[in-house]
Amino acid sequence: MWDYLKLAALGLVAVLAAIAANYGHDLAYQVNAIEVMLAAGIAFLWVVRSAGDPKPNLQHEYFDSVVRAGAIATAFWGVVGFLVGVVIASQLAFPQLNFEFLQGYGNFGRLRPLHTSAVIFAFCGNALIMSSFYVVQRTCATRLFGGSLGWFVFWGWQLVIVLAASGYVLGATQSKEYAEPVWYVDLLITVVWVAYLVAFMGTLIKRKEPHIYVANWFYLSFILTIAMLHIVNNLAIPVSVFSSKSVQLTAGVQDAMIQWWYGHNAVGFFLTAGFLGMMYYFVPKQAERPVFSYKLSIIHFWALIFLYIWAGPHHLHYTALPDWASTLGMVFSVILWMPSWGGMINGLMTLSGAWDKLRTDPIIRMMVVSIGFYGMSTFEGPMMSIKAVNSLSHYTDWTIGHVHSGALGWNGMITFGVLYYLVPRLWNRERLYSLKLVSWHFWLATIGIVLYASSMWVTGIMEGLMWREVDANGFLVNAFADTVAAKFPMYVVRAAGGGLFLTGALIMCWNLWMTVRAQPARVTQNSAVPAE
Amino acid sequence: MAFLDKHKAIETHATLLMVLSLLVVTIGGIVQIVPLFYLENTIEKVEGMRPYTPLELAGREIYIREGCYGCHSQMIRPMRDEVERYGHYSLAAESMYDRPFQWGSKRTGPDLARVGGRYSDEWHQDHFQNAKSVVPESVMPPYGFLADNIIDGKYIQDSVATNRLTGVPYTDEMVENALADFTAQADPMGDSSGLEERYGKDAFGTAINVRNFDGQPELTEMDALIAYIQVLGTMVDFSTYTPVANR
Repeated sequence: MWDYLKLAALGLVAVLAAIAANYGHDLAYQVNAIEVMLAAGIAFLWVVRSAGDPKPNLQHEYFDSVVRAGAIATAFWGVVGFLVGVVIASQLAFPQLNFEFLQGYGNFGRLRPLHTSAVIFAFCGNALIMSSFYVVQRTCATRLFGGSLGWFVFWGWQLVIVLAASGYVLGATQSKEYAEPVWYVDLLITVVWVAYLVAFMGTLIKRKEPHIYVANWFYLSFILTIAMLHIVNNLAIPVSVFSSKSVQLTAGVQDAMIQWWYGHNAVGFFLTAGFLGMMYYFVPKQAERPVFSYKLSIIHFWALIFLYIWAGPHHLHYTALPDWASTLGMVFSVILWMPSWGGMINGLMTLSGAWDKLRTDPIIRMMVVSIGFYGMSTFEGPMMSIKAVNSLSHYTDWTIGHVHSGALGWNGMITFGVLYYLVPRLWNRERLYSLKLVSWHFWLATIGIVLYASSMWVTGIMEGLMWREVDANGFLVNAFADTVAAKFPMYVVRAAGGGLFLTGALIMCWNLWMTVRAQPARVTQNSAVPAE
Repeated sequence: MAFLDKHKAIETHATLLMVLSLLVVTIGGIVQIVPLFYLENTIEKVEGMRPYTPLELAGREIYIREGCYGCHSQMIRPMRDEVERYGHYSLAAESMYDRPFQWGSKRTGPDLARVGGRYSDEWHQDHFQNAKSVVPESVMPPYGFLADNIIDGKYIQDSVATNRLTGVPYTDEMVENALADFTAQADPMGDSSGLEERYGKDAFGTAINVRNFDGQPELTEMDALIAYIQVLGTMVDFSTYTPVANR
């Protein structure tokens, strides 16, 4: 019966998508509709083929197949995101790479949201969904709630990524940074996200452990807050059901405030709270040490989630946003430094008594460096949110450097560490193919980040100073174009840094591939059986 | 640490943890966002702000589609160098019909909040074809293809009507005549009196730019984008504007 319902629903979606493709007003909408039609068609065939098959009872096993798929998707989208990043970094250094024959489809303006969304939502998003499914099952000693709901979340999220990415290139965007997907993709995100919340929360409720482990507090608050932010920031009325365009419900100053309330907390919850959940499970596991301080984790969890949400207006200092709001944002951003470093201390000090592992274990080295970058960027952030500093740094490359030391250093490095930890366990292999290649990845990525961040400090502070420079008579010294020309050498360094980071990620993919392909299976009992 | 011991109640009840963490994360947003909708001095009272004409609105949609906001801000801060370089600092009122706002966050290129009227249409045509032809240091991508994309304004009425639905003060006549106004603005030989009557000097204080913006006989995306660029920052009448101190 359930299978027939699914078939009816998928068939309906495919037909409606075909109709929509026919009536679509713009190319992006039509292509997106065809993608939805194909996805529904493939899912339809899949259900037809497996309908009526006897379902094995897997209730005593962890749901790890979806985690394996998530690990592959994380590595894949990571490479895509880094590659597009290197392309657009090169376009800024060498604008002739905005090829004229591509008729705008390959211009920086269309590829930039492709890069940010691929890294934040595809790479980091898959890492978060995959790792939270792994962690919540282990720490609750039970199978993921909701039967095959995990698969719906996984494939739904991949569809979101494909629709958004192809839409950007074809010109569908609502122009809100990090919330560029258009209205129908936003609706799909909402559906997938609610399914994610149900799967996660359901697992917490049916857990067999009395306590909810600290990693899950962070994962849960990340899922909840992103749902709230996503819905409020994307309130818009479509111009037509057959158009990718929509008109925002809020305008101007209110819209700006809501956008950066969203934008800053996409960082605060997607890229921080969720990743702290990762840190709280995988760092103790890899170090084979308990979390440093239970009490610190309580304090910094509540302080972090309470304070982060206030920090948004520091993106709008000295703008037409009223002063009271931006001052409030600055004050809370500075206070936020404390719970951020509470998390860093709790992660780093988990290595107490195991520091010698830094010498022998490149995976723990990766995790430690990622926590180090977390600490660095959560110091830099509050500093840049101070109005006097922000008056120089705003609108410059300094901001770009700041987000990349967070994204490449913290999110990237800890995700690599988690993938190195997970892949041998998920595929039941004795060990990684090569620790030496992990070391290579570590150094390429670290040097890449250092080149990236330092070149952006130089260009950011330089252009900030050049813009405001006046001569003895009070005239501006530099034309805007002078600052653009002055940044060229550092733009080359930045692109090279990104190239090193990408090379490291490719080495990781090879290493993980060979781990699954060539390493002997573990002879011990399958770790996928819960210790009940 | 008896107080922290009470945390056991939260971390053994999933629903309690969910409800409490949701409550904690809503506070900041409510305090910062809600007052902006009712504090009267959030948006200044100014003369001259009008909704975009249909052609300008189409240009704005192209500006968004091409991701211009990724490199250009539309928000001049009140520092000396910015006011020298770009003009009067931006007011909240100037973006009150922007849905969504286009303040931007990065200046890989210069601010555009007051670029309207600063350069000629011909300069913009050259600049969009090949930015280096007028600014040798520029890293801006080529946008010559916009001059090849002919537009007919087929769906422009939908855009105007939806904007009105969200609160932009378009009148019934503006919505009804959206397509006529759309073509009239790029046709200096035609009759633009209706457009002028609805959006122009008598209604809002400033005459509408009615020109062949792209210099070609066809109405193209280049026309729309230049029409939008040329109106940016030109609406507010600063001779009647006095800043409020307590804002």
